[in-house]
Amino acid sequence: MGQAQENQTEEHLYQKRIPIFVRSVRGKFRNFKTGVLLLAYIVYFALPWVPWQRASAADQAVLFDLVSRKFFIFNLVVYPQDIIWLAMLLFIAATFLFFVTGLIGRAWCGFFCFQTLWTDMFMFIEHMVQGERPARMRLYKQPWNMEKIFKLGLSHLLMIAVAFWTGFTFAAYYTYAPELLHDLFTGQANQAAYVTVVVLTATTYVAGALAREQICTFICPYARFQGVMYEPDTLVISYDQRRGEGQSGRALPKPGLKTREERQAQGHGDCIDCGFCVQVCPVGIDIRNGLQYQCISCALCIDACDNIMDSVGYPRGLIRYDSERNLESANPHPPRLAWRRLKVLGYAVALSAMIGLLIYNIGTRTDTEVRIEQVRQPLYVKLETGAVRDRYQVHIVNKTEQEVTYQLTVRGIPENALDLGAVTELRVRPGKALKFNVKIDLPPELARDTHEFEFVVTPQIEGAEPIARKASFVGE
Amino acid sequence: MAQQSNNQTTGHVWDDDLQEFTNPLPRWWLWAFYLTIIFSVVYWLMYPAWPLGSSYTKGVNGVNSITYVATTKDGQQVEKTTHWNTRAELMKETNAAAGVQKQWLDQVAATAYGDIAKNPDLMQFVNSAGKTLFADNCAACHQVGGAGHEAGNPQTNQVGFFAPNLADDYWQWGGTYDEISATITGGRTGFMPAKGLAGALTDEQITNVANYVLSLSGEPHDADKAKLGDEIFHNPAEGGCLTCHSADGKGVPSMGGLNLTDKVWQWVDVPGQADAAAKVDVLRAAIIGGFNHVEAMPKWGTRLKPEQIKLLTVYVHDSLGGGK
Repeated sequence: MGQAQENQTEEHLYQKRIPIFVRSVRGKFRNFKTGVLLLAYIVYFALPWVPWQRASAADQAVLFDLVSRKFFIFNLVVYPQDIIWLAMLLFIAATFLFFVTGLIGRAWCGFFCFQTLWTDMFMFIEHMVQGERPARMRLYKQPWNMEKIFKLGLSHLLMIAVAFWTGFTFAAYYTYAPELLHDLFTGQANQAAYVTVVVLTATTYVAGALAREQICTFICPYARFQGVMYEPDTLVISYDQRRGEGQSGRALPKPGLKTREERQAQGHGDCIDCGFCVQVCPVGIDIRNGLQYQCISCALCIDACDNIMDSVGYPRGLIRYDSERNLESANPHPPRLAWRRLKVLGYAVALSAMIGLLIYNIGTRTDTEVRIEQVRQPLYVKLETGAVRDRYQVHIVNKTEQEVTYQLTVRGIPENALDLGAVTELRVRPGKALKFNVKIDLPPELARDTHEFEFVVTPQIEGAEPIARKASFVGE
Repeated sequence: MAQQSNNQTTGHVWDDDLQEFTNPLPRWWLWAFYLTIIFSVVYWLMYPAWPLGSSYTKGVNGVNSITYVATTKDGQQVEKTTHWNTRAELMKETNAAAGVQKQWLDQVAATAYGDIAKNPDLMQFVNSAGKTLFADNCAACHQVGGAGHEAGNPQTNQVGFFAPNLADDYWQWGGTYDEISATITGGRTGFMPAKGLAGALTDEQITNVANYVLSLSGEPHDADKAKLGDEIFHNPAEGGCLTCHSADGKGVPSMGGLNLTDKVWQWVDVPGQADAAAKVDVLRAAIIGGFNHVEAMPKWGTRLKPEQIKLLTVYVHDSLGGGK
């Protein structure tokens, strides 16, 4: 916030972004963040290149084929009618977010969100090209010369390169990746691919390299409503005010204030006011002011403070994950995960129920979908012999990856009552549907007594179970 | 943020103590505002925007224009280029859709009748396209599902308008592909003279013929009267019914004579009557009134294209009913 002051001397039409120069830090949370970043990048960037043998589409393990309206995810083929899975997935994602936030605060924001990951990556590039925080601040303040142009230019060029590859990779999930790469550079890819790549390159660059924490502070809705899920028992990144300030406040380790005993004798707390926790903060806040809405819970200030505490020989944990209740209590205990709460358990129940339902739903999916609809105009007709005819529309969806022939029979009424017309073979192409009309003719007496029967569709492939569908019969 | 600490206000004071800060706008907001202004200018150049009295601005000529093929009144195809508008957009999309449909229509036109019905994929097209064609042209009389319109109201002896049921397996004018196609192309006019061919049947004779007709399909009847009716039915000088209904009562499809021996009653609602006397009554009403329709089935040959008639023929033959 030190840079903020100079903007206040005169009135501006708009609020300028206050540049944040983040100092790098070592520590367990930094290592965890780096681990998550590596894993996420490997998965995201490599997945479109994983080959997978397919009969009806390109040999790509994960392919969201919008043209044929099928999503291929390894051996799972998702059809538009499976859209309920997406709804379930969104429900799971939302409850999981609520569940985790209720337990340990904005862990999603600090460690997993793509805004955090890409910003982290771009800060790493800056660090690599321009150097550590003091070097970057000096570069920022110095006039435009060759060094500044070169260093800033290079880092932004690298960021644009990463942003481009990010945009390309996103598009590669929707087309066969090797082909897209070739077509993109030879000008043969379709318009949608170019628009996607350009838009995503631009947004990734703007969000990760320019806007950064402003995305979280001003734009992201999650960031604003996650505070609602906090409870007094939620573990949040907190500065131990009591320990850090003592009675007389924080103080620099001047001579006479170096050892803990000396400081405590004079009423000063353990915080030596080195400002490291502020310098490493990617959103530019001071955690010592307490919980703030800008805080993305990345825990880097914990790493920074722990390092300082180690170097001055004080115990760690001046900044730590702790709950509001524990910090305020008269005799605090070591921080612990307080999960025995109605809210947390409620989220856990909703979460596991929906995960179970989704797994069950995917596990019991069928390769054939059959729908029978009775033709209602007219409901039935009388034939010359006095027999009664009902008509039905049969809808078969072949969800396998090969062409399948189906056999249609009836159960509960004579086999010969079924009239398929001139059609001799019901053949459905992979991933396609077939809608056709059938007639059921029953003699008068039987028609009077028949109210329900079954259509049976048997896929002519090995091991396929026949699928029965109830249908009602109307006669007089 | 620290900018609130200097407490700059606009200087206005409302309601004694209500003041307004002059906090600066966020830069991103300001830029977004400028972008909307740029957007509006670009929009103005590309799309119809400003009203000018009876006209309007149409955007810069040649930018964002739409080219489509239009058919003039005399059937000529001309290419038109206009400024962007939703009507031209619709024309373009309709042309594209018609192009897709044409492939299927061509396939129907090129395939023999019997082979169309054997091909489930082609039948899928016939079902969806035929449904629309049928709804547009035929459903007014035959109903959406082809159930037709049953004529006859015994209470008022009123015949009403009659459109055969196309969903059953009886075909008044023949149920082969060629016969159905001929019916659609040339139209049909059903006719039955009142009171027999000569128009001179007495009341008693009419009752006898009605009983005979009931006997043909096994409905309850008076056997003695039916026997008398049999003679009138077959005597060209009296009833002369056999001319159209044929000697065995099965009807002559080329004349549109109904089959009187089956269980299908389309014109006169015999099965719906409670007792034998009522059944005789409705039949008598039909014989007395005859059948002389002004609302005949019109010719569609001049209105529909041959491939549309072919498609409708298959739809009527295979999707609606049991063609023969």
